[in-house]
Amino acid sequence: MGFFLDAITSGILMGLIFSLIALGLTIIFGVMNIVNFAHGEFLMVGMYIAYWCNVLIGLDPLFGLPFSIAAGILLGLASYYLLVRYLLRGPMIAQLFGTFGLMLFIRYLALFIWGPNFRTVSHGLLMGKSMLLGNVVVLDLSKVVPAIVSIIAFFIVSYVINNTKVGKALQATALDAEAASYMGIYADRMNALAWAIGGGTVGLAGGLMVNFWYITPEVGLLFVMIAFATVALGGFGSIKGAFYAGVIIGVIETLVGVKAPSFKFTIVYAAYFIIVVFRPQGLFGWKE
Amino acid sequence: MLKLEKVEIAYGIVPVVQGISFHVEDGELISIVGANGAGKTTIMKAIAGRLHLRKGSINFRGKDITKLSSPDIVRMGITYVPENRRLFTPLSVEENLEIGAYIINDKKEIEKNLEFVYGLFPRLKERRKQRAGTLSGGEQQMLAIGRGLMANPKLLMLDEPSQGLMPILVTELLNAVKKLKELGMTILLVEQNVQEALEIADRGYVLQTGQIITEGNGKELLDSDIVKKAFLGM
Repeated sequence: MGFFLDAITSGILMGLIFSLIALGLTIIFGVMNIVNFAHGEFLMVGMYIAYWCNVLIGLDPLFGLPFSIAAGILLGLASYYLLVRYLLRGPMIAQLFGTFGLMLFIRYLALFIWGPNFRTVSHGLLMGKSMLLGNVVVLDLSKVVPAIVSIIAFFIVSYVINNTKVGKALQATALDAEAASYMGIYADRMNALAWAIGGGTVGLAGGLMVNFWYITPEVGLLFVMIAFATVALGGFGSIKGAFYAGVIIGVIETLVGVKAPSFKFTIVYAAYFIIVVFRPQGLFGWKE
Repeated sequence: MLKLEKVEIAYGIVPVVQGISFHVEDGELISIVGANGAGKTTIMKAIAGRLHLRKGSINFRGKDITKLSSPDIVRMGITYVPENRRLFTPLSVEENLEIGAYIINDKKEIEKNLEFVYGLFPRLKERRKQRAGTLSGGEQQMLAIGRGLMANPKLLMLDEPSQGLMPILVTELLNAVKKLKELGMTILLVEQNVQEALEIADRGYVLQTGQIITEGNGKELLDSDIVKKAFLGM
């Protein structure tokens, strides 16, 4: 029984990281109907930033977070203003290949600069510490704190989007960019904002992940695949959907992982497949 | 106030609007009527900054606004209430209205405009927490107009507000438009509903295949042979 509870709690903790990674993807998709294939690479850059802050200036991964967030925001804005904005003039397929190209570019640039080695952050405030939950479940602090930060990030982003003027303008653009332009909302600025939030949140996820995951130029691949499933499962463009879908996927992954580790992602994608057959708009489909 | 001169608009190489000129003066209610495909919405979207002109110019209160984008046009004081309402349906009535006031930063002014819209359409106030998508067709159109008013326009452009409404609601809605005019709003109305649109208008223009075929004051136009023959089946 304790074994089972362990798997569920660690699934929820990991799932909250999946949610945070998917958050930016779903916002960018929601506002612009563009799939950012380079999203995993944004995550990777966030991880490297945290890593180098740690190695070069001895910053604990927790305090490196602002740098990872800033790097993510800059990367998002640069991608939008230097590439995506021009892709919008082309057909859908150009947008698809455009961000795919961006993915390859960032990944291999990282490989060129930092090499293929696996790196890890070996010392940190959270590492090797754990706490007991009701004397049954052991919680690893290096995962508990990132999960809590993820919840806080979701809370802040949802608050901004639902309760501020600029957040409502972002929603209006996502729903009908043309109608929003008749209200005086510049679509270009809203798109840039979506990329900034998208990059910032995934950068944050990267900064959190160095507490328990290795870093390589290829690390984004696995996580972006999970993020695609998360966004589709939760409903394209839905923030609430990304949150719950990430947790569901995290739990499925660890539960299956306990019994059949090599098949855990097969089951994750199978679950996703079954759900979209019965509910193509995802769990929390938002637009009509 | 608003002046279009020899405006030509084309989709690709297909000319849709072929050299039309018209003007709207302060406090007027102007109706542009015509059949489907006559180019009414195209003209509205061109004024609203959505479409580029091939030739001609658009002037508003002495300024050339031909090349401005839609968000800048709103800031000049022209609000376009688009065809088919284009509401933000998952959001509440009040949120839709708030987004309409996007260009206004003064909270008190937004509050004042909100009260004005609720005074004009009390039903919106009753349903302010309801999702826009759950409103009836008539209420949705009221919301679309209300949303347009939230930006404090000097000129309000209404594109087919009666579309898809049953006749009794059409009359109710156009009465609200008339009331707005009486309150001092300058309105440019585009309608397929020729009879009712011309009845409430100060002046009207009749559009056919991208050209203005006749113009005059509302009552005159209704009595003219060309309108009777083309639209009223007399």
